[in-house]
Amino acid sequence: MATSVTAHAHAGPQGFIRKYIFSLDHKVIGIQYFFLALTAVWVGMFLSLLMRIHLLWPGVTLPLVGDIKPETYLSLLTMHGTIMVFFVLTTAPQGGFGNYFLPIQIGAPDMAFPVLNMLSFWTTFVAFVVIIAAFFVSGGAPLHGWTGYPPLSALQSAGPGEGLGADLWITSIAIFCLASLMGALNFLTTTLDMRAKGMTMMRMPLTVWSWFITAILGLLAFGVLLSAGILLLMDRNMGTSFYVPLVVVNGQIMGHKGGSPLLWQHLFWFFGHPEVYIAILPGMGVASQILSTFSRKPIFGYKAMVYAMLAIGFFGFMVWGHHMFMSGMSPYSAFAFSLLTMCIGVPSAIKTFNWLGTMYKARIRFQTPMLYAIGFVSLFVSGGLSGPFLAQPVLDIQLHDTYFVVGHFHLIMGVAAIFGMFAATYYWVPKMFGRMMNETWGRIHFFITLAGTYAIFMPMHYLGIAGGTRRYSQYTEVAYLQKLMPLHQFMTYAAIITIAAQFIFVINLFWSIFRGPKASDNPWESTTLEWTTATPPPHDNFGGVTPVVHNGPYEYAVPGAARDFVMQTDPAAGTTH
Amino acid sequence: MADATLQHTATAGHGLAGEFEAPLFGAYSKKVGMWLFLASDSLTFGALLFAFSYNRIYTVWPTPFGKDSIINATVMTACLLSSSLTMVMAVFAAQRNDRAWTRNWLLATMAFGTAFIVLHGMEWTKLIHEGLTLPGFPKPAGQDAGEFAKISTGVPQFAATFFGLTAMHMLHVTIGVIYLGVVALRKWFLPILGVIWLGATFLIPADNVFHYAVHALLLGLIVAAIILFLKPKVYDAHDVEVCGLYWHFVDLVWMFIFPLVYLMSTKI
Ligand code: HEM
Ligand SMILES: [Cu+2]
Repeated sequence: MATSVTAHAHAGPQGFIRKYIFSLDHKVIGIQYFFLALTAVWVGMFLSLLMRIHLLWPGVTLPLVGDIKPETYLSLLTMHGTIMVFFVLTTAPQGGFGNYFLPIQIGAPDMAFPVLNMLSFWTTFVAFVVIIAAFFVSGGAPLHGWTGYPPLSALQSAGPGEGLGADLWITSIAIFCLASLMGALNFLTTTLDMRAKGMTMMRMPLTVWSWFITAILGLLAFGVLLSAGILLLMDRNMGTSFYVPLVVVNGQIMGHKGGSPLLWQHLFWFFGHPEVYIAILPGMGVASQILSTFSRKPIFGYKAMVYAMLAIGFFGFMVWGHHMFMSGMSPYSAFAFSLLTMCIGVPSAIKTFNWLGTMYKARIRFQTPMLYAIGFVSLFVSGGLSGPFLAQPVLDIQLHDTYFVVGHFHLIMGVAAIFGMFAATYYWVPKMFGRMMNETWGRIHFFITLAGTYAIFMPMHYLGIAGGTRRYSQYTEVAYLQKLMPLHQFMTYAAIITIAAQFIFVINLFWSIFRGPKASDNPWESTTLEWTTATPPPHDNFGGVTPVVHNGPYEYAVPGAARDFVMQTDPAAGTTH
Repeated sequence: MADATLQHTATAGHGLAGEFEAPLFGAYSKKVGMWLFLASDSLTFGALLFAFSYNRIYTVWPTPFGKDSIINATVMTACLLSSSLTMVMAVFAAQRNDRAWTRNWLLATMAFGTAFIVLHGMEWTKLIHEGLTLPGFPKPAGQDAGEFAKISTGVPQFAATFFGLTAMHMLHVTIGVIYLGVVALRKWFLPILGVIWLGATFLIPADNVFHYAVHALLLGLIVAAIILFLKPKVYDAHDVEVCGLYWHFVDLVWMFIFPLVYLMSTKI
C-alpha cells in the first residue's frame, strides 16, 4: 500500500528552487507563509509606532519618513490595519501553522492539492507586494482605513492616496481573496478526505477543527469581498455608481449618482465579521491544544468545544450589522443584529469556561507555550467583555468610532490572535526546525508583552468613553481632550517598550533555529500525531507509513496507563471516544 | 513524460484507499474541491445579485429591452442549455472510456459556449452603440441619443449592474471554455487559444470594449500553460466530471441572470 501513498505524494524535490522556493511540500509552504507574516507584522508594527509617535509629537520630522501630516497619519493607519488583518492574522495562523500541521495532525502525507497550495502562497505573496507598492506610488498609500468605506474609497479625487494607491490597495485585497479561496478549498478537502485510519472527525485535535472551521468561513466570506472589491474598482475606474450617491468634492460635483455607501458596508461586513473569527479561531484551537498538554489533563468538554466553534462560525455570518448601528439602518434590523450578536457570547463563554476547567486543579507546567496560551485566554476575556457593550445599539451610538472600539478589537482580535501565534511558535518550532527555543528569554518576552499590551490597549477604553475619536491625528489640538493626553503619553511609552521587546522574540527565534539545543521527537510529551514522527518530519511526513489512530487527541492522566499520556497512535488504552 | 506514467498518476486520484478513513462525502478529492469552489463562487455571484437587487429596489427601474434583445438572449440561453446536454454526453463517454467521443462532445460544448460568448459580445456592442454605456467605456462613433442613452444618464445603476453581472458571467464562461479546451486537447489547445487571441486583437476595432477585454484570453493562456507545465497529464473520467460540474454551474448562474436582468426588464 505504500506505493499508493508515494503515487499520491509528488516525487521528492530536486534542486534549491523546487525544494525551497516553488516547493509543493505543505511544510515548506507553511514556513514560507510564516516568514511572510513575520515580515508583515514588522511592517505593521513599525507603522503603529509612527502613529503613536505622531499622536504625541505631531510636529516632529522623523528620519526616513519625514513629516507626518494628518493625511499621512490616515495612510499609516490604513496600511497598518490592512497589513495586520490580512497579511498577519489571516496568513500566519491558517496559512502558516495550519498548512504545516493540519496534514500531519490528521496523518496525511500532504495537502489534497499540493500545486494549488503552492499557487495560494505565491498569490498571497503577490498581494503583499502589491499593497506595499501603494506606499511608493504618487500620492502614497490610501486614507480610507482597513474598512475602505465609500465615498472616500470610491473617488479618485477624494484625497492624496485615493488615486493609484487606493487602486493598488483594492487590487491587493482582491488577489488576497483568490489566494485565501485556494487555501480554504485545500484545507477543507484535505480534512474531509485524507484522515488516517481511525482519525474520525471526533478524534481530530481541536487545532484541526479550528483550521477546518476557519476554512469554511474563508471559503464563504472571501468570495463576497471579492465581488465587493470588483464593484469598488468599477466605481473608481469605470465611472459606475454602486456605492456613490451624488457627491460634491471641493466644490465640484462628481459624475456619480444614485449609489449607496450602505451597499458596501453590507457587503464588506458580511465578509468582515467572519474575518475576525478567521483571525481568532486558529488561536482558540492552539490554546485548547496547549492548555490540555501543559495541564496534563484531557481538554474539558471536547465535544462542547467543537460544537461551540461550529456555533461561532454559524452565528458569525449573521451579525455583520452590529458594525452598522450608526449607518442609518432600520432600528428593527439593529435590534435583530444586536440579539444575534449577544448569542455569540454563549459559545464564546462555553469555550472560556472549558479552558478554565481544563486548568482547574491541574499540575500545570508553566513553560512558555503555556504562558502564551493562558495569555490568550486572558486577552480573549478582557477583549470579549467589551463586546456585549458594543452590541447594544444604544451604547454603540456613544462608543462607535471611538478609541473604545480600538481597544476592544485590538485586545480580542489583534493581540489575542498574536498571542495564539506566539504560543504556536514556542510550541511547534521544536518540531518545525528541530531545535528548542530559549525558555528564559521566552518568559521574559512573555511578561513584557503581556504587561505591555494591557498597558497600551486598556487605557483606550477610557479614552473612548471620554469621547476620544478614532482615526484622528491631532489630539494635541483638541481642548476637551487635553486632560487625556497623559493617557496618550502612557500608551505611546508602553508601545515603544512593547515593540522593543519583540526583538527578544525574533532574536530568540533565529538564534534557536540555528543554534538552539536539539529537540527530541516529543519534547512536550504531547499526544497528537505530529509528535510521533521524526523531527523535523520527513518529506512525506511519516516516512512511507501511514499512522493508525486508536485514541482521542487529549488522553492525559489516563488511569492505568504506563505514562501520564497516551499517544493517538498507541494501542487503544484508557477511555476511547 | 510518457503517456503511460501520466495515465498512472491520473487514475491514482487521491489513491489513499485502505489506510485512510473513508472520505466524508464519499467523493474523490477533486470533486469535493470543485463543489467547495462552487459554494464559494455562488456567494461571489450572490453578492453581485444582492448589489443588483439592492439598487433595483430603491430605483424606478427601466424596462428597455425590445424584441431583438430578448430573442438574442433566448438564443444564448438555448446555446447554454444545449451545451449542458453535450457536457453530460461527454461525461458519459468518459465513463465508457471512449476517448474520441469524450473529446468530440467536449468540443461541441466549447462550440456552444463560444457561440454564447460571441452572441453576448455582439449584444453588448449593439447596446453600447445605442447608448447603454459606462462613463469608463470607449466611445464608439455614432452613439445616438436614444432610449438607452437616456437610461445611462438617468439611472446609471442600470448599465452598471447589467455590465457588471453579465461581464462576470461572461468571464466564467470564457474560463469554462478554456478549461474544457485544456481537458479535451491538453497542450494542443494552447496554440489554438493563442491564434484566437491574436485574431481577436486584430479584428476587433479599437473603439470596442472587447478590444481590451480580449486580453483576458492571453491571461488564460498563460495560466493554462503554467498548469499544464506543472501537471502534464491525461485527463480521465474524473477530470471530465469535475469540469462538467463547473460548466453546469455557470449554466445555472445564467438561469438567474437571464430572467433577472433581461426578462424583468422587457419593454411592456
Ligand atoms: C504593536 C501593537 C499595536 C499598536 C501600538 C497599534 C496601534 C494602533 C493605532 C494607534 C491605531 C490607530 C487608531 C486610530 O487612530 O483610529 C491602530 C489601528 C488599527 N490596528 Fe493597531 N496597533 C497594534 C497592533 C495591531 C494588531 C496586532 C492588529 C491586528 C488586528 C491591529 C489592527 C488594527 C486595525 C484593524 C486598526 C484600524 C485601522 C483602521 O481604522 O482602519 N493592530 N492601531
Ligand atoms: Cu463584527
